[in-house]
Amino acid sequence: MTDRRPLRRIVIAGASAAGLSAAETLRREGFEGALTLIGREPHLPYDRPPLSKQVLTGTWPAERTALRRPEDIDALDLELRLGTAAAALSPAARTVTLADGTETGYDALIVATGVRPRRLPWCGTPGVHVLRDLPDALALRQRLTAGRRLVVVGAGFLGSEVAAAARTLDVAVTLVEPAPTPLAHLVGPDAGAFLTRLHRDNGVDLRLGTEVTGIVTAGGRATGVRLADGTLLPADDVLVAIGSEPNTAWLRDSGLRLFDGVLCDEYSAAAPDVYAAGDVARWHNPLFGTDMRVEHRTNAAEQGMAAARNLLHPERAAPFAPVPYFWSDQHGTRIQAYGCLRGHDEAQVVEGDPADGRFLVAYRTGPALTGALAVGMPPKALRRWRAAIAARTQWRSPADSLVA
Amino acid sequence: MRVEADQPKCVASGQCVLAAPDVFDQDDDGIVVVLDDHPEESTHDDVREAAAICPAAAIRLADK
Ligand SMILES: Cc1cc2nc3c(=O)[nH]c(=O)nc-3n(C[C@H](O)[C@H](O)[C@H](O)COP(=O)(O)OP(=O)(O)OC[C@H]3O[C@@H](n4cnc5c(N)ncnc54)[C@H](O)[C@@H]3O)c2cc1C
Ligand code: SF4
Repeated sequence: MTDRRPLRRIVIAGASAAGLSAAETLRREGFEGALTLIGREPHLPYDRPPLSKQVLTGTWPAERTALRRPEDIDALDLELRLGTAAAALSPAARTVTLADGTETGYDALIVATGVRPRRLPWCGTPGVHVLRDLPDALALRQRLTAGRRLVVVGAGFLGSEVAAAARTLDVAVTLVEPAPTPLAHLVGPDAGAFLTRLHRDNGVDLRLGTEVTGIVTAGGRATGVRLADGTLLPADDVLVAIGSEPNTAWLRDSGLRLFDGVLCDEYSAAAPDVYAAGDVARWHNPLFGTDMRVEHRTNAAEQGMAAARNLLHPERAAPFAPVPYFWSDQHGTRIQAYGCLRGHDEAQVVEGDPADGRFLVAYRTGPALTGALAVGMPPKALRRWRAAIAARTQWRSPADSLVA
Repeated sequence: MRVEADQPKCVASGQCVLAAPDVFDQDDDGIVVVLDDHPEESTHDDVREAAAICPAAAIRLADK
């Protein structure tokens, strides 16, 4: 570290939650050099969670999603390169080439380019939507008027939230999911059954255990989808919400290790003076002893912060060991979860009762308590479980896993 | 420092309470409550961290 080059210019690729958090942290921690923020989208940083909630239902105007006021962005004294994607990286030359052909050098780089929706071959057909960016949300919102028919492919968080938002607009919604319940592999059978009921009670036609095999078109526009058993579901619009893929194509020839994301160590470092944060980063989380990539809003801000600090102060770098957190709003119900639910070995309702719409599920992976999901529980109850996960509590009977 | 919270924006994540427990709390629905809107100097770093980390951009800080 002694011969580290002086930090004159830091480049951040990706101008959303993680990139903004990194930029703010660098300035708060006293970095006074040049700071370039490159963003593919033309907008100042805005927030995505409202896109499937308040923006889709029309309760918020698009402007309300701005993450900061323009004057707060100005105060960061950034070289903003918005509307231009980063197109290539050369760690040896320490340059980023932009889509407009210009090049910018750097002394340190933070990759925060996020993810994009996974697509099906027919995703380009008019009437078929994906939802990631603000224009996607505005295009879909414009179509969601009372009496129209929407088919949502995939009952993950995104598909479920869109189904719920569309129901508030009196759109007829069919939600198609190959698993036996929504989010089955993630939340387990009890929470899955609760989510199934929640959709059905709110008028969503939920088709479980079946897959969409293709679309039907008329005059070049989607008019329905075909299910594996041959059923035809007529639709005015189709939303495909089947997960995402990291935006790493621009790093293909960079020599960075890409494996479902930018592979990082426990400090969020991908290579000397190159860090990654947010949805695009796969890093080693020492708290769980495993590599993970999480697509949660809070992680984007926390990891942007952690990467910026480790970049500035490698001599006192701290491992990034968060307890992941996410929330989701569906049909007026807020679901919150801490920890790692994916790949759990056991899920048990430990407080409340799904029948009352107030309950908490604890998750065991191997010998340890690794996650907790809550619906309608007070925040203090949930924070106790977060603390227990952070303390790597062994799973005895889950109720005594709680350090009261 | 003056601390303001935009409660309609708050998503009840509790990140602010973890970062600055003397300044923020949550009501029974999880919505942020500012305990001290002119917090002591010693808490300012934590409060700045809370504002930066809030996933709903619901916390605003002003100088006075
Ligand atoms: C509709 C929707 C609802 C959501 N709801 C929730 C929720 O309720 N709770 C929750 O916890 N999480 C939610 N999320 C997830 C959350 O929004 C993400 O975790 C968060 O946005 C990640 O931030 P990020 O900065 O890492 O990536 P992104 O937000 O994806 O930002 C990456 C940015 O980089 C830009 N970019 C891409 N490629 C390049 C390039 N080559 N050069 C320059 N710029 C580039 C992109 O245009 C984008 O602006 C939701 C996501 C969506 C889409
Ligand atoms: S961090 Fe933000 S969203 Fe979370 S409880 Fe506090 S104010 Fe609300």
